[in-house]
Amino acid sequence: MGIKTFKGGIHPPDKKELSAHKNIVPAAPPERVVIPMSQHLGAPCKPLVTIDQEVKKGEIVGEPGGFVSAPVHASVSGKVLAIAEFPNAMGRFVPSVVIENDKTETWTSLEDTPAYKDLSPDQLKEKVKEAGIVGMGGAAFPSVVKLSPPKEKPIDTLILNGAECEPYLTGDFRLMVERPEEIIEGLKILMKILGVRRGFVGIEDNKSDAIKAIREAVQGENDIEVHALKTKYPEGAEKMLIQVMTGRRVPPRALPMDVRVVVHNVGTAYAVYEAARYGKPLIERVVTVTGEGIREPKNLKVKVGTLISHLIHDCGGMKEEKGKVISGGPMMGFALPSLNVPVTKGTSGIVVLTEREIVHTLEFQPCIRCGRCIDACPMGLMPSMLSIYAERGFYEGAKEYNLFDCFECGCCTFVCPSKRPIVQLIRLAKSMVKP
Amino acid sequence: MEVTEKEKQLIVSISPHMKSDETTSRIMWTVSASLLPATTMGAYFFGPRATLTVALCIIAAVFSEYAFQRILKKHGTVNDGSAFLTGLLLGMNLPPSVPFYIPLIGSSVAIIIAKQMFGGIGCNIFNPALIGRAFLLISFPKFLTIWHAPTAAFVKIDAITAATPLGILKEEGAARLIEVFGDKINLYMQLLIGHRAGSIGETSALALLVGAAFLLYRGYISWHIPVSYLGTVAVIAWIFGEKGALFAGDPIMHLLSGGLILGACFMATDYVTAPSVRKGQILFGIGCGFLTMLIRLKGGYPEGVMFSILIMNCFTPLIDRGFKAKVFGVQKKKKE
Repeated sequence: MGIKTFKGGIHPPDKKELSAHKNIVPAAPPERVVIPMSQHLGAPCKPLVTIDQEVKKGEIVGEPGGFVSAPVHASVSGKVLAIAEFPNAMGRFVPSVVIENDKTETWTSLEDTPAYKDLSPDQLKEKVKEAGIVGMGGAAFPSVVKLSPPKEKPIDTLILNGAECEPYLTGDFRLMVERPEEIIEGLKILMKILGVRRGFVGIEDNKSDAIKAIREAVQGENDIEVHALKTKYPEGAEKMLIQVMTGRRVPPRALPMDVRVVVHNVGTAYAVYEAARYGKPLIERVVTVTGEGIREPKNLKVKVGTLISHLIHDCGGMKEEKGKVISGGPMMGFALPSLNVPVTKGTSGIVVLTEREIVHTLEFQPCIRCGRCIDACPMGLMPSMLSIYAERGFYEGAKEYNLFDCFECGCCTFVCPSKRPIVQLIRLAKSMVKP
Repeated sequence: MEVTEKEKQLIVSISPHMKSDETTSRIMWTVSASLLPATTMGAYFFGPRATLTVALCIIAAVFSEYAFQRILKKHGTVNDGSAFLTGLLLGMNLPPSVPFYIPLIGSSVAIIIAKQMFGGIGCNIFNPALIGRAFLLISFPKFLTIWHAPTAAFVKIDAITAATPLGILKEEGAARLIEVFGDKINLYMQLLIGHRAGSIGETSALALLVGAAFLLYRGYISWHIPVSYLGTVAVIAWIFGEKGALFAGDPIMHLLSGGLILGACFMATDYVTAPSVRKGQILFGIGCGFLTMLIRLKGGYPEGVMFSILIMNCFTPLIDRGFKAKVFGVQKKKKE
């Protein structure tokens, strides 16, 4: 059996060599942090602190606003400076708590549990919930929701996503190389919570060091398999990963739990371990700051709420003032209009591109129907037709071509020789019609 | 949101932020380059007059596009190479010594009527070069059916007229064709090299296949249309190729003669006018092959490649719709 993969996809230059060999180091302590009350998919949090209040590191500052939500915690100790709306990486204004860092790193009391293995699934789940853990691959979906499937949907497989198929990003890779035992412990905790016997770790085969480290960490574990995946974007997309690892296909508009699978990111597993073992809430994460436009690419351990401008300064600054700064990976991330926005629980990387690398799409050509996008689309759509319909304003027509099955991975736009902004046109169409 | 002066230098656009370096113009120029071996062979066998015909086609095509867009104040697309390619393909599809006004008329019809009137690159329904040729064949049948025996290069232009292999096959049968070329092996050899009467760029099967292999290797065309097209022709030629007997035809004779290889590898594969879904491309190729053989064996013309591709072009939108790609995760409906 060869290395597994899915149909479609692309091979962008992976550019991981810029930061892959660099150990995770703590970022320089920020002067203040801006902690948004909405860092996850779902209901925003309600602030629990008042201005001028002294808070400790790890203290809860926002309580969940519903079932699909996750609490947020102070990532530094110090005084609350403001509670107001601040812009996030997508340019939206969200209520945020600003804390001045007193740089004493005074922790709130954490519940240390050396015997965490003796805890019941429900007790472990409560710890994941209290720690405010969300999916750290980018979507930031509250993890506890994924760990609470309804009774009629039994789960038999848990997949840890270590594909990290976005170019440039190396945070998951470093974590797998440096902390494999903790990740596998986290996986075992997740399996215990869900009551599943089968655990998989999927890692792209260009990360041989990570595969080696994780394989060593699972030695003697009969329930956990480590699979090398073909290096291809978007190998780490949830639906693709499930198909590659289990052969099951998640139907349109269905969830992984409908095929008895739950997928978590390796970073999430690490956070789950820290929550169960040390009672640590999710207040810091690994962020890869990289790209041709940054002087010194790094893999940083960053406190949630640190401003991106601070991280760029920490990495020697931008080589040129003109350029593009992306929050997330270059295929699905957001270009930032301002650098004074905070890192959130879902920020996997900051990629700085120079002006030369950016393909301007102000002028694009008509579709020549070459079919490259159809071959590249992992969802089996016809992006060419979607873009033509959207361009002409025939949004209903786009729906007939399964508009809402697109998850905007960007493969079509990457391969298009006419440089058509296909994803942009698809988003336009999605906003103009109801699913 | 407050944005500092420095931050105004930040470029903001929607993902993805990486793109391949493939461009439409690179595709067009590469396809043109892949036709170079066949064009060179045509120039060698049919002399400077043939070269001039091809050059005139290209110049007229590029000028037509430039003039049309200039006059209508449209965005110029001459540099993308598509007009050059259309002119080149039309030239390769003409007999060596047509009067000089023939390329001019053919190219302007191809570019202005078949391409620009439909909205320019990407919007045309029919292959422009083939529309140009069809227009010429119907309007000037006399010039479009005078063929010359190949001569060494740089000889007098008034070469001896000769029948094409397909013409002989149609009028006098396979036995006579073999007789003209001596024996079967020699016939195949001459057809492969291109030492035969025919359109300028269609004769050398070998040079065309070299170009097609290059495009396949580079991923600029896929195997689906050429293989299904050529395969269908071969099967039908084998079954019905010989008059009065089934399963006695010579498929190789049919594959190597006429404009089949040029059509199957370079014109039926035109992105704009062929289906873009792979399964649909196979149906398209089979349709082209069927119609080609229908015309060759039963129709009034000795060759059917041009009309078969043009007819199948009509079905392209329908085929693309019918073979709409299958969405990930959609389960096959079980038969009750």
